[in-house]
Amino acid sequence: MIDSIPAMDGTILEVRNLTKHFPIKRGLLKRTVGAVKAVDDVSFNLKQGETLGLVGESGCGKTTTSRCILRAVDPTSGEIMFRTADGHEVNVATLPNREMRPLRREMQMIFQDPFSSLNSRMSLLDIVGEPLLVHGMTNRDERQERVAELLRLVGLRPEYMQRYPHAFSGGERQRIGIARALALHPRLVVADEPVSALDVSVQAQVINLLMDLQEEFELTYLFVAHDLSVVKQISDRVAVMYVGKIVELADTAELFTKPRHPYSEALLAAVPVADPRLHRKDRKLLEGEVANPANPPSGCYFHPRCPYAQDVCRTETPVLSEVSPGHFASCHRVQDLELTGIVQVDGEST
Amino acid sequence: MIAFLVRRTLLAGLTTFVISIVAFLAIQLPPGDYATTYVENLLGGSFFNTASALGDQATEDQIRRDLGLDRPVFIQYSKWAWRVVHLDFGISIEHGRKITEIVGQRLVNTVLLALGTILFTWVLAVPIGIYSAVKHNTAGDYAVTFLGFLGLAVPDFLLALGLMWIGFAYFDLSVGGLYSPEYLDAAWSFGRAVDLLKHLWIPAIVLGTAGTAGLIRILRNNLLDELAKPYVVAARARGLPEWKLVLKYPVRMALNPFISTIGYLLPFLLSGSVIVSVVLSLPTLGPVLLRSLTNQDLFLAAAIVLMLGVLTVIGTLISDILLVIFDPRIRLD
Amino acid sequence: MTETESSSVLSVRDLMVHYPTDEGVVKALDGVSLDIQPGQTLGVVGESGCGKSTIGRAILRILDKPGQIVGGEILWNDPEKGSGSRPVDLTAQEPNGPEMRAIRGGDIALVFQEPMTSFSPIHTIGNQMSEAITLHQDKTAAEAKEWSMELMNMVGIPNPPQRFDEYSYQLSGGLRQRAMIAMAISCGPKLLIADEPTTALDVTTQAQILDLLRGLQEKNNMAIMLITHNLGVIAEMADEVVVMYLGRAVESGPVDDIFHQAKHPYSRGLLESIPSVLASGRERLPSIAGSIPHPFNRPSGCTFRPRCPSFIPGTCDVNVPQYLALGGGQQKVSCFLHHSPSGVEEVSSHD
Repeated sequence: MIDSIPAMDGTILEVRNLTKHFPIKRGLLKRTVGAVKAVDDVSFNLKQGETLGLVGESGCGKTTTSRCILRAVDPTSGEIMFRTADGHEVNVATLPNREMRPLRREMQMIFQDPFSSLNSRMSLLDIVGEPLLVHGMTNRDERQERVAELLRLVGLRPEYMQRYPHAFSGGERQRIGIARALALHPRLVVADEPVSALDVSVQAQVINLLMDLQEEFELTYLFVAHDLSVVKQISDRVAVMYVGKIVELADTAELFTKPRHPYSEALLAAVPVADPRLHRKDRKLLEGEVANPANPPSGCYFHPRCPYAQDVCRTETPVLSEVSPGHFASCHRVQDLELTGIVQVDGEST
Repeated sequence: MIAFLVRRTLLAGLTTFVISIVAFLAIQLPPGDYATTYVENLLGGSFFNTASALGDQATEDQIRRDLGLDRPVFIQYSKWAWRVVHLDFGISIEHGRKITEIVGQRLVNTVLLALGTILFTWVLAVPIGIYSAVKHNTAGDYAVTFLGFLGLAVPDFLLALGLMWIGFAYFDLSVGGLYSPEYLDAAWSFGRAVDLLKHLWIPAIVLGTAGTAGLIRILRNNLLDELAKPYVVAARARGLPEWKLVLKYPVRMALNPFISTIGYLLPFLLSGSVIVSVVLSLPTLGPVLLRSLTNQDLFLAAAIVLMLGVLTVIGTLISDILLVIFDPRIRLD
Repeated sequence: MTETESSSVLSVRDLMVHYPTDEGVVKALDGVSLDIQPGQTLGVVGESGCGKSTIGRAILRILDKPGQIVGGEILWNDPEKGSGSRPVDLTAQEPNGPEMRAIRGGDIALVFQEPMTSFSPIHTIGNQMSEAITLHQDKTAAEAKEWSMELMNMVGIPNPPQRFDEYSYQLSGGLRQRAMIAMAISCGPKLLIADEPTTALDVTTQAQILDLLRGLQEKNNMAIMLITHNLGVIAEMADEVVVMYLGRAVESGPVDDIFHQAKHPYSRGLLESIPSVLASGRERLPSIAGSIPHPFNRPSGCTFRPRCPSFIPGTCDVNVPQYLALGGGQQKVSCFLHHSPSGVEEVSSHD
């Protein structure tokens, strides 16, 4: 388990044993016969100003984790301790909705789909200005000024304020979404796949923008994505999730070069690299399919696909433990495995 | 699957129970009760003019006691419900006959007419709708669309009058009613069925025209949505001939929503058919329901409302089951 | 006819596809040329609006309405008919005629992005697979079922008898795409058009599917046209690459040349701007300025000019660059940095 870190070192968010189960209802009376363990005992923390990348394949629980933190989904159990701007520590997991409202200024979300997450009947002024209005900025001129400032900030021309979303490209819409998220000076921004719907040439622009904004406002990002290359570009630390659990968490460079969990190794091996000279065609591929979170395997959830699995992996559930300073992994064989990451030797790699 | 069927059937039972309560309460709503109405009726009625029933308070109280109308409402309901379960709906005040006698044949006629109308609607609308979607934005599509709007816009009774006149003037057909005079009170036989079919087509066309036009529009739009889906492109990329492809995939998908509407068609047709039934003098439930309501013949009205409710519930149940059969996504959920 | 053309299984020449709409004509393809060699993989890469998906559908003659081919040729050169036979121009065929339908699904098969929606949800996988088989091959229903299950085995779908009677939503994304591929190869196509076959899949599944495609290609000597926006996938799969921008091919050549000696500023920008797991960590990415223009606002001259760092005023905005080979090599590029506006090749200083 990750030790509880005192708030003095700039921790803004601490997630402890977060669990979210979605009940499965079957039969005549729709009785609950089981649960999809979407998030299964997840713990991590976030320091002010850092970016934590949350990666994993679809259904691994990364999106549900982020939704729990923003209380878009009510967690089943666990704590989500958030340190507010005025220094209080609140447990977001159990806060009544009424008391969540002031917190929503400090925690904002950027969505994946820039096409459906903006109301097409609202002008930019209304979209970006809405959170301002909701939180009490009723003076229209004042609001207009702030919206113009925000649009400039994300690289859009304030003159476009009266236009509607359909007049903008995907990248521009994602900028609008970012401007909206920033309107209330948030401290924590949860970005769920913010660039995966964008064209390659525009992705880079948006990633750069997010990094610039972070620097300027000391924003803290929880960056949820399936694309490891994007995550590497923006994250200080990375957490890898598999079937609802964090299996590895480490500094970005370390996780990519020296992974300690076989799943992380497999993920890294599977990422296609834009260099035909690498000849990665003969690399080892992960077999089979992601386990069903409604009926996960015994022991380590990864063992049916793990090339290194032993008897202990089939029976005992491994615990996420610190294997070197700041590097957590949940694998029975963490001490005796030599895993391969991305090795960079003069532009060449394994 | 079986759990689904059991759940739906139980739900249907519960719905029927609620409908029966509503129907019973509707009887209780107007001022006075059966006794008052009955006595009033006796007074006004010419052929019931007997001395003993000269409308004094005592008679009224006697009737009330005899019928148990002085008991609490829920006991009255249970008694009424008990009789209804045994298909005894009581006696119509206006007609002075058993309600089952009045309603029975008309109910059968109504259901037959509804089935005929549905058949007419689907046989006409499905091919036209498919044509209209596959050839969308062509002259043929526009022509069909225009006729469709015409069908929606022309009032049923006007169409009925028109068809009656054409049938009578040019084809020498007797177009009123559902049976020829010789079969009117005859028992069911082959000849009677043929006779019914001869009469059924006019009201079916009249009642089905608006529905057909609507169905064409909806089917066309559903199908246009489906035609753009990747599985259609995939089937086309397999080299499937276009007509085979359209019928096998998108049409099947586009028809699914209609299966769920089967249950609602009956009450819809009934309320829509009142004027037409009057114009064409059809022996269906519509005119009876209308009369019973205007004349405060409450037991009759309640019986009809209850029967229609039950038929609707059954129709919905059937369409649910059909949907399960036709759409594996529901079946295997 | 050049040498590459005569050996190609498919040759696209100056293909133009237009979508007339109420607001104007969208030129989805504006004179594209490419060649696919038998048994090889041609990667077609580009961003949204570049027309890469349109090419695949134009070849199969299944363009969405109101798209139409308004110019150019699609020459199909059936490798089994021998070198003496003349190629068939697919643009001259009736889209729904028997010749075109025999080619569709028979000689040329298509796999595309959404494995979820590419199967009808109310028909079993087996039903749809057998349909493709009985359509093109002289097989009975029972034989088609047997062959379907053999194909499922071949593409790594476990327990074929059970899967045969299942519906697409009962399969995972990876299995669905395997089923799609099994169906596509069921009639032994000589060309497989794979349109973003792994975009909707997770990275480990993507690797499995790419591996499967490579194996099938080797075994069946099948040409693959791999359409994707993912340069990593292209680098791992393609022998030759075509880079597209706004309905035109801007550069093409052997995969190594494209990734290591890209000539067109767009190809270069694209390669630089993609985040890589090889990158040394958190850093700013070079990016291409601006965004892809709206299809109704195609810039004059070279369509990449408003975003190009090497824009030459008076040349790029006035003339349309020609798509020409570089110094007699296999690499072709359409850019005034490498060709003069008159079309005469200039000595390039960019190597």
